Amino acid sequence: MLCQICGKSAASVHFTEIHDNKMSEIHVCERCAEEKGLHTPTSKHKFDIADLLAGMVDSMTSTEEERVGSVQCSTCGLLYSQFRETGRVGCADCYHAFRFQLRPLLRRIHGSVECKAKIPPRAGGDESHARQIQRLHDELQRLVEHEEFERAAAIRDEIRRLQAEPPTPAERP
Amino acid sequence: MSASSGTPRDFNDLVSRPSPWLSGDGPHAGMVLSTRIRLARNLSGVPFTHRARDEQLQGVVASIASAARESHAFERSLLLHMGDMSGLERQVLVERHLVSHELGDGTRPRGIVIAEDERVSAMINEEDHLRLQVMAPGLQPAEAWAAADAADDELGRALEYAYSEEIGYLTSCPTNAGTGLRASVLIHLPALVLFKDIHQVLKSVTQVGLNVRGLYGEHSDVMGNLFQVSNQTTLGVSERDSIESLETVTRRVIDMEDKARERMIRDARVQLEDKVWRGFGQLRYCRSISSREVIELCSVVRMGVALGFPGLCPLHVLNELLILTQPAHLQRLFGSEMTPAERNVYRARLVRERLEVAEREAGGAA
Repeated sequence: MLCQICGKSAASVHFTEIHDNKMSEIHVCERCAEEKGLHTPTSKHKFDIADLLAGMVDSMTSTEEERVGSVQCSTCGLLYSQFRETGRVGCADCYHAFRFQLRPLLRRIHGSVECKAKIPPRAGGDESHARQIQRLHDELQRLVEHEEFERAAAIRDEIRRLQAEPPTPAERP
Repeated sequence: MSASSGTPRDFNDLVSRPSPWLSGDGPHAGMVLSTRIRLARNLSGVPFTHRARDEQLQGVVASIASAARESHAFERSLLLHMGDMSGLERQVLVERHLVSHELGDGTRPRGIVIAEDERVSAMINEEDHLRLQVMAPGLQPAEAWAAADAADDELGRALEYAYSEEIGYLTSCPTNAGTGLRASVLIHLPALVLFKDIHQVLKSVTQVGLNVRGLYGEHSDVMGNLFQVSNQTTLGVSERDSIESLETVTRRVIDMEDKARERMIRDARVQLEDKVWRGFGQLRYCRSISSREVIELCSVVRMGVALGFPGLCPLHVLNELLILTQPAHLQRLFGSEMTPAERNVYRARLVRERLEVAEREAGGAA
């Protein structure tokens, strides 16, 4: 495994952080660990990896930046330093290639790194016809309770439209 | 894509009618002009737009257009290729809020699929491969989300989205990663601005994790008292959380603006009526008018209409004027390159004529 800071030497120092019942790990080489003051066996400090990395990204000197910048996405060839200039990653795989740099950044932007997004159909998240109708019924109920009849009528029409529509072939018995 | 009365046949047909989301109806239409949902998606295995080669982007256009053709959401729709359009035509789409500035530059293989009534549209090869948009009049975040969710499910069955279980939808800019959702409302807050309560309100909106900005002008110089409130985060929250939070906060802001308006009516009714009617008079009889004046005067008149002052024009006319008086629309309508001074004259003519038509329609209906 390569060092997650310089991306060149083998990682031999490993940190594990447990936060909110979630474990995250960081693996770095001896040299980077020493430079960042991580390699202190007597240290009793609690390491928040995200903060640590965020701090590192911020306080980089130009030589260090060049090293971290040389982390490259093997799929699209984007360098981390290029991402830092444009704020845009090059492809989906960049999220994996730069995961240790991006994680603290995402946390800073969103205040969380937890995924709560809907699951796309092809990843198994296809809402069945019946479930979709059930969900709209729930919404209808909520609107009626709030006496929002105009909006409830729109949802009712949507339910009627779905009920008139045959389920997709996969859902047929 | 079969033609029907509601389906735009081509670009000219599309822009010859006002955008239906400007209809001025829908819940709280007196204050909330529109609700917009945007979902950012990318196709798996293709570099993001700014790193992809033109032939890869052409493939993306073909895949998304094909998925759209097969869907109910885009059953009757129009596909426009940015490269086939003139700069003016692209700018018209930008002014209609259908196309972003980035998509409107037209130099790369980009396009937009616009469904019947412009309610649902899909920008192709913007910052992300797919930007699915739903527009609705008034305050309708839940309804607009339901439409976007359904369209997204349909497209997502045909297209393999770039998605990871750990993060969610993977987007070109990490600020959109996760749900890829941006839900926003366009809201008119003249009384809060007048009483200088707006900064406090905007601050509290920001504190609950929403973003707010003036629609026109810089931060310190908001024109037309129009603000866009939107969700800020896309990780750690579900789509439904974001939608509900936007709706709850918007309702609270509506209450505050309502109270400020009541106070205005109570304390200064005559001055308010005078301001509204003078504003209407300027719009109705102007001979040269800048874009900024149109925005400001429409704001004053909009407040009068929302407060139920009789004899003004309908809300949808004010909404339309905001779009139709912009440079590309004017130039397209009057058909020549114009200097800013000439534009002001044509703009005044358009505003007068539109209000005159509204008067005739109101007279006919009475």
